[in-house]
Amino acid sequence: MSDGKPPVDSPEIRRLTPVIGPGHTFGSVTDKISSIVLTRPTSLGWYIGFLIAFSLMGMMTIAIGWLVIKGVGIWGINIPIGWGFAIVNFVWWIGIGHAGTLISAILFLLKQKWRTSINRFAEAMTLFAVACAGIFPLIHTGRPWMAFYMFPYPSTMGLWPQFRSPLIWDVFAVSTYGTVSLMFWFVGLIPDLATLRDRAVKKPLKIIYGMLSMGWRGSARHWHRYQSAYLLLAGLATPLVLSVHTVVSFDFAIAIVPGWHTTIFPPYFVAGAIYSGFAMVLTIAIPLRKVYGLEDFITMRHLDNMAKVMLATGLIVAYGYFFEFFMSSYSGNKFDVFLVQQRLHGPYAPFYYALILCNILTPQLLWSYKMRHNVTVLFIMSIVVNIGMWLERFVIVVISLTRDFVPSAWGRYSPTFWDWATFIGTIGMFVTLLFLFVRVLPAISIAEMRELVAETSEEKK
Amino acid sequence: MERMREHEQHEHAGGQHDHNDSTGVKLHEGPMDLAAVRAKLQSKTDKQYWRTLEELAGDSQFEELLHREFPRQAPSEWDDSVDRRDFLKLMAASLAFAGLSGCGRTPEQIVVPYVKQPDGMTLGKPQFYATAMPFGADAIGLLVESHEGRPTKIEGNPDHPSSLGATNVFAQASVLNLYDPDRAQTVTKFGEIQTWSLFVESAQAIAASMKGSNGAGFRILTGIVTSPTLAAQIQSLLTLFPKAKWHQWEPAVGDSAREGAKLAFGSYLNTVYRVEKADVILSLDSDFLGSGPGHIRYAREFSRRRNLDQFFERDRSGPEMNRLYVVEPTPSVTGATADHRLPLRASDIEVFARALAAKLGFGGSAALPPGAEKWFDAVAKDLQNNKSRSLVVAGEQQPAAVHALAHAINAALGNVGTTVYYTQPVEGRPVNHLESLRELCGDIYDGKVETLLILGVNPVYTAPHDFDFASKIKFDEKRKRKPVKNTVYVGSHFDETAELCDWHVAESHYLETWGDARAFDGTLSVIQPLIAPLYHTHSAREALGAFSDKPGVSDYDALRDRLKAANPSADFEKFWRKTLNDGLVAGSAFAPVSAVSKLGGYDLPAIKTTSAGDIEFIFRPDPCVYDGRFANNGWLQELPKPVTKLTWDNAALVSPKTAERLQLAHNVAWRGGEHGKVYSNVIDIALSSSKVTAAAWVVPGQADGVVVLPLGYGRKRAGYTGTNKGFNAYAVRTSDALWTASAPGSAIKKTGEDYPLACTQYHFNMEGRQILATGTLAEYHKNPNFANELAPLPPKELSLYKGEAEFPYNRDKWAMAIDLNKCNGCNACVVACQSENNIPVVGKDQVMRGREMHWIRIDRYYEKLKPTVGDAAAYDESLDNPPTFFQPVPCQQCENAPCEQVCPVGATVHSAEGLNDMTYNRCIGTRYCSNNCPYKVRRFNFLRFQDWETPQLKLLRNPEVTVRSRGVMEKCTYCVQRINNARIESEKANAPIPDGAIVTACEQACPTQAIIFGNANDKNSRVAKLKAQQRNYSLLGELNARPRTTYLAAVRNPNPELESA
Repeated sequence: MSDGKPPVDSPEIRRLTPVIGPGHTFGSVTDKISSIVLTRPTSLGWYIGFLIAFSLMGMMTIAIGWLVIKGVGIWGINIPIGWGFAIVNFVWWIGIGHAGTLISAILFLLKQKWRTSINRFAEAMTLFAVACAGIFPLIHTGRPWMAFYMFPYPSTMGLWPQFRSPLIWDVFAVSTYGTVSLMFWFVGLIPDLATLRDRAVKKPLKIIYGMLSMGWRGSARHWHRYQSAYLLLAGLATPLVLSVHTVVSFDFAIAIVPGWHTTIFPPYFVAGAIYSGFAMVLTIAIPLRKVYGLEDFITMRHLDNMAKVMLATGLIVAYGYFFEFFMSSYSGNKFDVFLVQQRLHGPYAPFYYALILCNILTPQLLWSYKMRHNVTVLFIMSIVVNIGMWLERFVIVVISLTRDFVPSAWGRYSPTFWDWATFIGTIGMFVTLLFLFVRVLPAISIAEMRELVAETSEEKK
Repeated sequence: MERMREHEQHEHAGGQHDHNDSTGVKLHEGPMDLAAVRAKLQSKTDKQYWRTLEELAGDSQFEELLHREFPRQAPSEWDDSVDRRDFLKLMAASLAFAGLSGCGRTPEQIVVPYVKQPDGMTLGKPQFYATAMPFGADAIGLLVESHEGRPTKIEGNPDHPSSLGATNVFAQASVLNLYDPDRAQTVTKFGEIQTWSLFVESAQAIAASMKGSNGAGFRILTGIVTSPTLAAQIQSLLTLFPKAKWHQWEPAVGDSAREGAKLAFGSYLNTVYRVEKADVILSLDSDFLGSGPGHIRYAREFSRRRNLDQFFERDRSGPEMNRLYVVEPTPSVTGATADHRLPLRASDIEVFARALAAKLGFGGSAALPPGAEKWFDAVAKDLQNNKSRSLVVAGEQQPAAVHALAHAINAALGNVGTTVYYTQPVEGRPVNHLESLRELCGDIYDGKVETLLILGVNPVYTAPHDFDFASKIKFDEKRKRKPVKNTVYVGSHFDETAELCDWHVAESHYLETWGDARAFDGTLSVIQPLIAPLYHTHSAREALGAFSDKPGVSDYDALRDRLKAANPSADFEKFWRKTLNDGLVAGSAFAPVSAVSKLGGYDLPAIKTTSAGDIEFIFRPDPCVYDGRFANNGWLQELPKPVTKLTWDNAALVSPKTAERLQLAHNVAWRGGEHGKVYSNVIDIALSSSKVTAAAWVVPGQADGVVVLPLGYGRKRAGYTGTNKGFNAYAVRTSDALWTASAPGSAIKKTGEDYPLACTQYHFNMEGRQILATGTLAEYHKNPNFANELAPLPPKELSLYKGEAEFPYNRDKWAMAIDLNKCNGCNACVVACQSENNIPVVGKDQVMRGREMHWIRIDRYYEKLKPTVGDAAAYDESLDNPPTFFQPVPCQQCENAPCEQVCPVGATVHSAEGLNDMTYNRCIGTRYCSNNCPYKVRRFNFLRFQDWETPQLKLLRNPEVTVRSRGVMEKCTYCVQRINNARIESEKANAPIPDGAIVTACEQACPTQAIIFGNANDKNSRVAKLKAQQRNYSLLGELNARPRTTYLAAVRNPNPELESA
């Protein structure tokens, strides 16, 4: 410090980098966050962005409509590649949906304060991602109108789902996850909705927020109940973070297809999910804090932490790749050995190399403090990781199917316009929902931020 | 299943015509020109009476009505209606019942249930009638399954010599031709709809005008006629018009067999082989197991000598297996089955045959094609060592000299009388077809032809291109006249020839008419209709009859009269019933005639060779659409060709080395890929002063420097399915080079374009996996268990469910065994399955996306290839002549089925008899089962592949099998409907289902009996015995799926002399 330059990095600095900008009071936090919803005029940028996203969502609606009219044959799937973009996208979206609950629940239980300012929109992101994911298993079936056969309802024929199938486990895992995430998110929103109700000027808003806040008055009893409920829900959601993608990975691990039938899949899928989830949180957080001037709430400390989580999970994923590769080669199973060769030399080899580049090599930059603190680099990195994780699912789902046991049945896959339209359409839907979310609900938890203000001021004392 | 064959009840055909006049069928509802009526009334002076206003108006339709045989019963509504839809709607409703009467034109009737059930018929139970399909110089005996009067499925007639109960792809698919929506439906003149009686009238007028000249300008053109009745009809016409001429043109058969016999014996003779008796067979470019007269029988006989299990014929003497040598330019089904195959250029085969003849006793010596010496010596020695137990077969496309040489060699080897015999020709009148057509074209050119009657052949499409047949009948713009005054075409479709002819008479399908035909050995087979004509169609014989002095004799009467005359027995009715029941006239096969080869020395026509640097172009009938007549048949278009696995197109086939030299390449597309879409280079072929543009396809095992141009594609007017598919090889086929043409290498030019071809199996390397176990007889003797040693089966104790008993399957345990030693890849099972199980046709685009629906596929693998790494498709000498094997793959019906575990809704479940059942209603279409199926035999309805609208196709369907909707998975069921039928019968009889009572569609169609189905619990069943053999193995057994369908390893019987090389 003697030369006057601030030190670049040290444990001390890291500890002192705040999770909230200095000088904030209860009032300023509430003003700042609620103004985005209530007082700030809707910007032209919001309208343009929303319009683009909404158009893409419209494209998705058309794509799904055409799908229902014509059948899944409008996609690029075939025999032997029975699962294509739909399942790739499903797994990708579900993976993205992991970060929200992880941040809200697990970090909450671990009392990581820095989660506070990002948990709200991370949860929202989770919900929207699960919504996007949920579309695919439904529409990828040949007869979506019969998909209710997958639910255990008391049918007059006395028929039940076939409980040995991982797809049934999926139905339960994803629907449970979706429900608990929604509850968790909504319960967390209640005090903030009450704040909005109190601050809203227009009558209709008062009524709507009033109904949503479910009579919250902020009494000590309310807070007590609220906190127990929140803690319980956090406890409930925690195992789900691990279970959902474990179950999704069973879709593949249970099957006998070389490249799917691997015991490493559950942990490797969960790590991958968190990896992609955090990447997506970064992808959203960075523009969000910029546009709405939330740098005080989503500080460099947050970004730095998320980058570290990405690095850690990225390394787990790399470990997964390595052992998948090693076990296949070491097993002596000719189908697995062949699969490894196909990944390295087969017609789809460029995808595998791109995957390694995106998921393993690029994130190594995050070892550097400088890189972690360069917002642009982080943003690009988060996109690269998202692409990489999508490629991973493509490599696993599609490429494993192209060349399995009987060489006569080998084939190839390439997506059609409708595959792309549906995929990009869900991105449109995701962004649409996010736009609406930041416009009508507090993107950062006001109540928890106030708590944080109180706690940090206590710490200072 | 109990095979019922019913005697056709014919009495009603005449009887029912009478009692229906009062049903008030409307005669005519055409618009009437009232103004014309008034005008007529004003000008009427001479005629006093008129019956109706229509007559007064001079309405031609009314006049035509007056002339009708059965005015009240003919469905006259059609005369006005050109709307196919209305027509079909009405037809579909009426057919179910109208068809029951079996034959003859029956009137429209009100649809009511039977008051009196027809004899022998139970509604809902199919009946089987014997009939025969005429095909070239053969007739294939059939049993046709009929559901309430609708023929739905073709099966072989076990009593018929050319079928022995099996069929081929053409016979199987011919039922679809019957229901082809594009069939011509009525008589037309210049494309305008006319009536039959108007045609008869015109024909009579033409005949009358020819009377004076004794029919000098009258010409009849047919294909091969093996029907004695039709031949007699033509003969009687020729008697009536002594100066008329009968020409024949069969584009894909050729004259070599006929001319070869003439060369050898001095007269046309028919050659019949007794393949079963031969220990050593040499095929000189003959695909006798896959095409040509008698091939179904030959394949059966050949396969009987490939049994390694002795339980079928324990007392058989002679060596364990026969041995087949094949010399051929392009891989055929026969070549793929051979123990030794030598690729030689087509023109070198005659060189080879001459050398062999010289060696085997003719004396002298002849040069050999390069590289064939060792092979030649071994074959010659093997043949000599097996005198009177060997056989040399010459190919239909080889020149006559090769046939003559084959006859001479067989004679020298003492085979005549044992493995080969000769009979009088089966054709009504054997002629040289090329010369016959040439004469006709010459006569037309010289203006000698006034009336041309074309029966069932399509010369505008198939005639050699230098004959330019189209110009012979087309309006001549220069001279402002038609070269032939009257042209009449009888054909099933309004095709290329119909377009240029004045009259087109829609021809009836063989399932709609009475007739007869001789089989390859002369057996007189009776063609019995299964249904009344669907449309206003008529047989060739009827159309011919219209020109005779006795028009209107029905096919039925003509046939009976002829049979009566030929078989004067006291009880003709009894004979007739027996004949109908059997489908053939017992004992009518021709007796062998003694024929001595007169071939001395080398009085053969000069040999036509291709010089070394030139490219040899050979023409072959397509294995799926034949000469083009099946071009509009969706089943055959979508059927992967046995060797190339191409569908929907033909391609110019080249050898790997030639492809490398010409820099022709394939490019696997991303969509569909190896299981669907491959881009190939397009080449221009300039040949015989004509040009054709074709996609090139590399075929391993093809002789170097040979380009195969398959016939039958590139049709301009075949119908919705067949038009403009592939390229037209006839466009470069000339009369001086019907089968083999040669041109310098510059004749082929790459256009630089690529063409997508739909290929269902592009990857032909087994990659060292335990897919198709093969070995030699010596290896088999040393270690009969060789097939099971590549990959050990996992022990059953590995199960987590310890102590829990395996499901016992103590009722019946259905299983299948497929003998790869017998399968020759002929595809009959694939079409049979498609027909039996209502499998849709998906079209080229969907095949290219990897979505064809066949429940059984035939995989073709080449052996001894280098393993593939990545995507390399570069030339490799292991592709020059790789051993080829076929493997039919239906659902393996695994006991431990991977598909069942993963279905989320339990739509695919296991039955107590071990079937892996598909419940279509329950399936939601996740396709997880298909992903998890290691054999990839499951087929998904990605779109609505079934045609639900076209009424004809509704008639075609098997009512015992669900027609699947879109979005559901389907797959082979082991023909569960047949199992259930047998079960019902067995429960009625309170007896177990006997072995052989259930015959699956694929098993039934298989000419070689490679597929055997039965109860594995029954230790005496055929399937249990096959499975007890050591060469029985499970496909990918190491996966522990425990398939019920198992394979018997292919064992080849190579000559040790050649093997050591």
